[in-house]
Amino acid sequence: MNLIRELWQSLVEALVGLGAIVRFLLRVIAQSPRALLRLDLIAQQIYNSGALSLVIIMLSGLFVGMVLGLQGFQLLQRFGSEEALGTAATIGLVKELGPVVTALLFAGRAGTALASELGLMRATDQLSAMEMMAVDPIRRVVVPRFLGGVIAMPLLAAIFSVIGIYGAQLVGVQLMGVDSGSFWSQMRASVGLSDINEGIVKSCIFGVACSLIAVYEGYYATPTAEGVGRATTRTVVTSAVVVLFLDYLITAAFL
Amino acid sequence: MNQSASIIEIRNLSYEIGGRPVFAGLDMEVARGRITAVMGPSGTGKTTLLRLITGQVAADGGSIVVAGQDMRVVRRAGLYVLRRRMGMLFQNGALLTDLSVFENVAFPLREHTDLPERLIRQLVLTKLQAVGLRGAAELMPTELSGGMSRRVALARAIVMDPEILIYDEPFVGLDPISLGVILRLIRRLSDALGITSIVVSHDVQEISTVADQVFLLSGGKVVAHGTPQQLHSYPSEIVRQFMGGLADGPVPFHFPAPDYFGELLAREGP
Repeated sequence: MNLIRELWQSLVEALVGLGAIVRFLLRVIAQSPRALLRLDLIAQQIYNSGALSLVIIMLSGLFVGMVLGLQGFQLLQRFGSEEALGTAATIGLVKELGPVVTALLFAGRAGTALASELGLMRATDQLSAMEMMAVDPIRRVVVPRFLGGVIAMPLLAAIFSVIGIYGAQLVGVQLMGVDSGSFWSQMRASVGLSDINEGIVKSCIFGVACSLIAVYEGYYATPTAEGVGRATTRTVVTSAVVVLFLDYLITAAFL
Repeated sequence: MNQSASIIEIRNLSYEIGGRPVFAGLDMEVARGRITAVMGPSGTGKTTLLRLITGQVAADGGSIVVAGQDMRVVRRAGLYVLRRRMGMLFQNGALLTDLSVFENVAFPLREHTDLPERLIRQLVLTKLQAVGLRGAAELMPTELSGGMSRRVALARAIVMDPEILIYDEPFVGLDPISLGVILRLIRRLSDALGITSIVVSHDVQEISTVADQVFLLSGGKVVAHGTPQQLHSYPSEIVRQFMGGLADGPVPFHFPAPDYFGELLAREGP
């Protein structure tokens, strides 16, 4: 009986949490048109979330692509179809690994930075000070950071995939000796626009989810050192679970 | 606009935090254009009172009317209109750490006005000159001492020429020179511009030199109010203890605890 009550209670708590984050999202969306007038603020945040994550995204993309080249070659060799490596690597990267790994790295690099920055602003009364100056912190602070993340994510995922394909080519063609012509021509012949679209849709949705979780956790962080730390951890954990869950849903929807 | 003698009227205010009553039946009137000090022992809810007056939290009971606006019914938009007429100095300054000193002071102007850059520059430099930090305009908040941050925050609080200026512990950590400057500034803002000032402070001596009226809070109520001189000779034990800084009196120095020797001699720790 106790177990049922506890399960019921956690379900209610989860729904309340979901309701709160959806309400927060609606507030953010309502303030977005006015915040869009301040393009300088959004550009600054695209730089913070996007440009500053470039190195880790490019490096990870390269290594993931190289591993894919190696594993793909091993597997395809068994069926004597190494030339399909280009297609396999590209579809894997564009549809799956690009958006997902970028989102996970984004949560770890930019998401934590956003959450801890907002949490510290809360802890040092900067958000209250803005409220007292009749400036809505959601419009001035949260929305530019949210939009910056939403815009940066698909761009980062695209860069990840491109570098990854290059990494797969590096290992497959240069190291393992797959024919360069068939690597590229097979890829061009069999990767369609729908594959690219799936990747774009995924990274856009992951961008919204990861940025929203980061700004929500930071904005409502308990204003203590421990509270900010917990908000940062929760940002990464929640983002990772949500991204993988959404990934399944979107993949199923595209089938 | 309401032009009565009081700019803030608080009637029968009650407020609880976590089931613990902070205020129970508090009454207070803040005179327009005067300097009002709010004093009281630590934990009496002075900062909470400021948060209630500025609408950062809502009261559980009673009424608060600020510049003719009933805080019980005000909505977000109305609250923001009201707050444009207020300035608040936070305990730690609360400067925006990603902006320079100049940009911090210019922040309200940039957010609320379309003034040309030249005029913004003049206004900001004038306010920074008033707090003696014109030379620090290009520094970042992390490069400032606690006292300097507070002075920049004061410049920011007055840049929109507010009607009501609220200071939360403005004298903590200031050296005697800065303290004198800030005290004179509070007086001058009140005398020259007719700004209503509300100062929350523990510093009995400092506040006595500038305040026009003092409210002494204890146990969730106003226990005494009057001019600083009246309070110094107030016929009440609690007022005498606070104004004189005495350890013995109705306000206990110690937080409630079990018997001292009994706890020291006990074998097990808590």
